Order: sequence, then structure tokens, then C-alpha cells
Amino acid sequence: MTRNLWSRFCRLLPLPATVLLSGCHAALLDPKGPIGAAERSIILTSTGLMLLIVIPVIVLVLVVAWRYRASNTQAKYEPEWSHSNKIEAVMWSVPIIIVAILGVIAWRTSHQLDPFRPIASTVKPVHIDAVALDWKWLFIYPDQHVASVNEVALPVGVPVVFHITSATVMNSFFIPRLGSQIYAMANMQTADNLVASAPGTYRGISANFSGDGFSGMTFKAVAMSAADYKQWLANAAASKQTLDGAGYLALDKPSENVPVAFYSQVMPGLFEQIVQGKFAPGGMRADMAMNRARRD
Amino acid sequence: MFGKLTLSAIPFNVPIVMGAVAFMALCAIAVLALITYLGKWKWLWTEWLTSVDHKKIGVMYLILATIMLLRGFADAIMMRSQQALAYGSNLGYLPPEHFDQVFSAHGTIMIFFMAMPFIIGLMNCILPLQIGARDVAFPLLNNLSFWLTAAGAVLVNVSLAIGNFSRTGWLAYPPLSELHYSPGVGVDYYIWALQISGIGTTLSGVNFITTILKMRAPGMKLMRMPVFTWASLCANILIVAAFPVLTVTLGLLTMDRYLGMHFFTNSLGGDPMMYLNLIWIWGHPEVYILMLPLFGVYSEIVPTFSGKPLFGYASMVYATMAIALLSMVVWLHHFFTMGSGASVNAFFGITTMIIAVPTGVKIFNWIFTMYRGRVRFETPMLWTIGFLITFTIGGMSGVLLAEPPADFVLHNSLFLVAHFHNVIIGGVVFGVFAALAYWFPKIFGFRLNERIGRWAFWCWFIGFYVAFMPLYALGLMGATRRMDHYDVAAWHPLFIVAAIGSGIIFCGIILQLVQLVVSIRDRELTRDVTGDVWNGRTLEWSLPSPVPAYNFARIPVVRSLDAFWDMKQRGVDLKSATFVPIHMPRNSGTGIIMAGCAFVVAFAMVWHIWWLAIAGLAGVLVTLIRHAFNDDRDYHLGADEVRRIEGLHGRVQARSM
Repeated sequence: MTRNLWSRFCRLLPLPATVLLSGCHAALLDPKGPIGAAERSIILTSTGLMLLIVIPVIVLVLVVAWRYRASNTQAKYEPEWSHSNKIEAVMWSVPIIIVAILGVIAWRTSHQLDPFRPIASTVKPVHIDAVALDWKWLFIYPDQHVASVNEVALPVGVPVVFHITSATVMNSFFIPRLGSQIYAMANMQTADNLVASAPGTYRGISANFSGDGFSGMTFKAVAMSAADYKQWLANAAASKQTLDGAGYLALDKPSENVPVAFYSQVMPGLFEQIVQGKFAPGGMRADMAMNRARRD
Repeated sequence: MFGKLTLSAIPFNVPIVMGAVAFMALCAIAVLALITYLGKWKWLWTEWLTSVDHKKIGVMYLILATIMLLRGFADAIMMRSQQALAYGSNLGYLPPEHFDQVFSAHGTIMIFFMAMPFIIGLMNCILPLQIGARDVAFPLLNNLSFWLTAAGAVLVNVSLAIGNFSRTGWLAYPPLSELHYSPGVGVDYYIWALQISGIGTTLSGVNFITTILKMRAPGMKLMRMPVFTWASLCANILIVAAFPVLTVTLGLLTMDRYLGMHFFTNSLGGDPMMYLNLIWIWGHPEVYILMLPLFGVYSEIVPTFSGKPLFGYASMVYATMAIALLSMVVWLHHFFTMGSGASVNAFFGITTMIIAVPTGVKIFNWIFTMYRGRVRFETPMLWTIGFLITFTIGGMSGVLLAEPPADFVLHNSLFLVAHFHNVIIGGVVFGVFAALAYWFPKIFGFRLNERIGRWAFWCWFIGFYVAFMPLYALGLMGATRRMDHYDVAAWHPLFIVAAIGSGIIFCGIILQLVQLVVSIRDRELTRDVTGDVWNGRTLEWSLPSPVPAYNFARIPVVRSLDAFWDMKQRGVDLKSATFVPIHMPRNSGTGIIMAGCAFVVAFAMVWHIWWLAIAGLAGVLVTLIRHAFNDDRDYHLGADEVRRIEGLHGRVQARSM
């Protein structure tokens, strides 16, 4: 028993090292697309800038507290000293300067990296519609009339315009290795412009709690070469399962940890009808959707 | 007859819940039996439950907060252990429907029923003493505020035994919290618990603003107020500005759930985005309502333990007010990812960053207060130094999250969870413990055990880093919050480390309970006979400990900042020769009875027992009207009685003949 515990303890020993090395697994620090890379550089630049002030502050706290400890009678003691215009000028201006720099970064990058903003590219972008359902993701390729559940394929180097909505509660569409997430909301259409720069299978999630099946609401985002992408579409188009209104309503029923599935002959305009709330329990509300929808 | 309530609402088949219920019931029965055995019921009712003395109400708030801290922490331990286990094929021990209640209850309890009662309790215990007042402006209202808060806390705990709690997170975002997606009683428990306690908090805010503005001792101009009083003033202004928004928002959600309206539903014109805006227009000021008073606490502790006045008092006051103002214009940073557009996001990102300026100034103020001082490292100061280091790191991750594009990848991740625990534990919780160690002798008349207090500090400090640094890393690895299960191998070791960290914090909490017991046992050894254990600077230290019911036998005249320090420098004699009768408010059962009726209304509303809700509401009104006709509300404490009480503390000057 003791021995067993000891061996367990020994297995825990490398944990601190794992913590340090976890950078290798850090999706946000190892992005696979320019959006994610830009966001990583904002994280690193901002952190670096702030460390310029945070590290001295922490050191100052410890040094001052220790130097002026009560037992150190060598240190100068000025029991009435409580004001200095010079020091106050410095302590207001240093944070102001840092925040001013960060503020400029915030303004510029908010515009550059707005998820709705199309990515400049010579290649024609791919359109994919994403629908958050209880508790899975439905991806519709409107131009190819195919759809998939919990797996989305994207060609490497080609900008992808995701149009996103929810047929249920609020979710958040997020592929950490590619960058920006955006909320998926019923009767609303948001957009996310992403591009993958390297082939691979990346984890996709809902980043906003949506109920009991939330933890299993993950999908695979597979970035692949143009040829593989064509093949993937062809495979989906060959699927025996088709997706019309009735098929969609069946899919809409709550289910958890749903395996990947493919659909051919997807009903045209399905995504728009979902956004307009045609399948929602409360009925259609196209007017509302129209008023709000488009920003991209 | 009983609405939706049937015996099947009690989760007999869930052993974890029933175990917790049995444990809580046993504790309650033990306490009740002990009171009965000691024959203390009458004493409890007349001296405490119906008391309008702000100091006793403060103590009741602190007790409530402590109990709820234990409850909220039990939820935290369950979450950490679930996530340490639930990797791959192991699903852990909490199914989603239970795990979702645990994290919802954890957040709700820690903010509304742990942090809020702690800060309002501290204000009650200390604030009137700092400004030279004999009580708060509206003593009975103060008692009602407490009992409304307590009623909300009891309702949350009742949900454990009867029915279930909300499964929608601590802010109950619609449409998930709407009837269609959450048909049970969980969200209703959440709504009604927050509604009654929220009204209590709003009333507290009104009470404290009035107290500070109207009841200061002569000579205490605004710019001579202690910083804790200043910070509390700002926090209470925020309470009065923000809590009505919470009340209305929850009211709209209630109408959706009870009357079939569509403010926030997916259909028929409802707009969930409106709820997000409204709830955070309350929610962001709320975090500063929690934080500001503790900035005030640190501003009291650092000068006292450095033997120097606070550096840059005026800067500190302006910084506090700047934070209070800015906190009203940053709410949108909680949902940059909703797609508001680049300029809107950037605006709110920049306002958020600007808050870092006055906050940074405060940190420098505290550092330069220690500079050229004589710093004593007793527990209040240890917590403060722990705060300065931890909060600076938390502030940094906060500014990072204020960059909208950084937030696009960090939003809702465990990085965010690490950030707000970094500022709430490092700022609010450490501050509360610093304040308790600092003012405990003033409140109870004896000191807390110093050595065990130090151990507790180190457990909390180290435990915090072990528990939350892995969460920062997990956030960067793409792990989101509120998962009851995951399948990424690289995350598993970090979740285990985080669970170990929560275990270290648990040791800290156990040590604090031991510290309390040991301190009570040794109270005769550490009794505070001077009233000024730390060589303090503000007026509360001029009073004997524990403070008599009327606070000041003679209202002090304030001549400068740090009024008591000034009195000590001038050699003012605290003893009096002559005494006058003191006008006192009489205790009243109105507060506890009204809050009891409000609890009945809330419980009945949760279960749709309409007749009981009407009966409860009638109870509230009848109690109120009865009190309106009660003329016996006050009395005068005779001069001889004041002399006798002051004499017990050695504060009577022998009359020179």
C-alpha cells in the first residue's frame, strides 16, 4: 500500500516540468493561421510591455517592505513624510504611457482583426455556414450542397468565411489554433473569417456553456490540400444521408457526443431559414432577422 | 395546493446531494440543540437577531459570509476534483446535470453570499466608528438588509435539498435560462435568491451613503475621511447605481418565465443580447463594489503597519473615484465576441485599460507608504503584501484580456477563470482576511492567534498559485471553462496540479477555523485592554474594544486626517469626567419578520404555490404597517449608565475637587 502510494507520488513528481513544457501543447501559442498568429503576437507584445512595469513593481514591493522592516533600524525613518509631487508625477505618468501604447494597439488591432472583416487574399474565399445545435455543430457548404456534423474541412491557404448562427441557446464558435471565436446566436448571423496555413486536424469547440451536452460539443477542423479538400467534398456528396427540412428537424433534436456524419443534397437556403427562425419552436420571425442580420 | 412541489423534488437518489443535505441538517440541529441546552434563545433573539446595533449586524454578516465561504469552497473542491478525474474514458463522479449546478452555485454563492456579506459586514463593523458616528443613519433598515441577504442565502441552500439549483452559470444567460431550455425550478431559485438579497444590498447602499454624508463627527471634512470610508462611499454609490439594474433585469427574466413574455427569448422578438448588456451593466460595477472597500482596507493597514501616514492621500481618493466612474463604462468587455463591431470593442477595451492607471497609482501609493517606514509583518500586513504581488499579476492578465483581439482567443477560457480568481482571491479575499486580522480585536476585544494566522496565509498564498497558474496555462492551451469532461491528454496533469492547489487552500481554511477556535480559547491572554492594539491612526482605535453599544460617549472633534493619530500627538485624554444621556434606537423584530415573510414569498414563487406567496406578501405588508404604528422605537441611555460602562473600560476621569 505504502509502496503503491510512493510510486504514485513519484509519478506526480515530473508535474512541475510538465507545467513548464506545456507551451509545446499551447494551442494559442502555436497557431496554424495568420489570424491566430496575429493574436498570439498581441498577447506576447502586451504581456511584454506590461512586464516592463509589473516586474519592477513586484520587486519594489519586496525590496521596500524588506528594507524598511521594523527590525532594520539602519534604514531611514520619516514618520511624517507622505507627499512628493515628483514621485506622484512619475507614478501617474508611467501607467498612462503604458496604457496609451496598449490603447493604440487595441484600437488598431480591433479593426484589423475584427472577425467580420474579410481576409485580403488573391484566392477566392470558401463559404461555410455553421449552426450550433444541442449539442453538436452542423456545417453547411452552400455552394456544394453538402453538410457535415462535427467535422469541417477547409483548404489550406484559402480564406474561409464562416457564417454562424444557433438553432438553440448561445454558443461560441471557436477553433483555438486558427484564432478568433465568435458567438453563435439564434435568429442572428455572425461571421468569422479564418484561414489555415498548415494542414492538420485542429480541435474545435463551443466556448460558451450551453447546457448538459456542452463538454461533448467538439468538432474536428481539418485543414487539407486542395486535392484532399475536393475529395472530402466528393465523399460528402456521395453520402446516402440527405438533408431536407424534415431531416434537419430530426438532427435538431438534442443529442450528446455526436459522431461525425455527412449529408448530400442539402436543401438550398437551409441556413437562411434557420437564421430566420423557421424551424424554431416560436415560429418564423424573418422580419427580426432581416433587420439585424447583415454586417459582413 | 403545493404548486409544483411534491416529495419527488427531494433528490433521495443522489447520494452526494443527500450527504451534503444531511451534513448541513446535522450542523443546524447541533447549533439549535446547543442554543436550547444553554437556554440562550431569548438572549439570541433580544441581543442579536433583532439588534439594530451596526456592530452586531456586522458580526452577523461576517458569520453568514464565513458559512457561505465554506459552502462555496465545497463546490470549488468538487469542481477541481471532477476536472482532475474526468479525462478520457473516466467520466468523473459528477454527471453534467450535477456539475452544472455546482459551478453555477459556486459563482453565485461566492459573489452574492460570501464576498458581498464580507464587505458589507466590514463596513457595518468599522465605518461608523471611523467617522465618529453612534450608528448608521437607518439602524432598523440595516437589520432588514442583513436579514434579506440571509434569506437569499438560505434559499440557495434550500435548493440543495428541495428541487435543484440553476444550471446556467452564475449570471444565468438567456436563452439557456428561459423556460424553454431550463424548465425546472433551478433558475427560479437563482432569481428569487438574488432578488431578495439584492434589495437588501440596495438598502444597505442607501444607508451607508446617508451615514457617510450626514453623520460625520464635527471637523471631519470629506478630505479628512479615512480611505476605507472613502472607498466604501464610492462602492455604495456604485451599489445604488447598479443594483437596481440587476433587480430590473431579473424582473424581466421573471416575467419571461412566469408570464410568458419574451424579453430575452429566442422567439417573438426577444433579445438575449439585451440581457447580456443589462446584466453586465450591473456586473462590472459589482466587481468594483467588491474591490474598492478592500482597496480602502489596504490603505488603512499599510500606514498603520509602516508607522507613517498614507502616501498621496489625495491621489488615492481621486484614483478611487476615477475607478468608480470608469467601472460604469466598461461592461461590454465581457462580450467582445458577440460581434459588436471593431470601434465599439476598441472603445470598451480602451476604457478598461484606463482603469489600470488609477489602480497602478494605488499600488505605488502603498509602496511609497512603506518607503522610509518601519514595516511590521504581522498577519494583516502579510495578507497585504500577498495582495500587492498577486493583484499586480491579476491586473496584468486583466489588461491583456481588455485587448479585444487577445480576448477573441482567451474569452471564456480557463485563462479568464484564472484571471478573475487572481484578482478576486488576490484582491478581495486576501483583503477580507487582512481586514479580519486587523479589526478582529476591535470587534471582539481580543486578538487572533498570530502564528496559526501566518500558516493560514502561506497555505492560501501558495495554494492560490498552485491552483490557478495551471489554469492560465490551460487557457493558453485552448481549454474552455465549465467542462465536466475533456479528452485532451496534455491538459490532464495541469488539472491535477490545480486540484492539489485547491487542497492547499483547503488546508488554509482549516487552519483559519483552528485559528478561530484557539484564539477564542486563549482570549484572556490576548485581550485588548487599550483599544489600540496596532498603534492605529483612525478614530475606531480611540474606542475601547469591544466597542460599547453607543460607540462614542463623547463625539470627537476632528482636526486633521488620521484623526486619532493627531489626538495621540496632541495628548488628548480619552477619559471623560462628565457624561450625558445618549439617544439610542430600540431593537426590533420587524427586520427578521419581514425578511422571513419575503423568504416565504420567494419559496412559494419558486414552486408556484400562489396562495402562500400572497400570504407571505401580506405578512410583509402587515409587519411594515405594524411597525409604522409603533411609537416605542428609541430610548435614552442614562448618563450614569454611560459612566458605568465607560468605567469598565477605565475611561472615567476622577473628578478633581
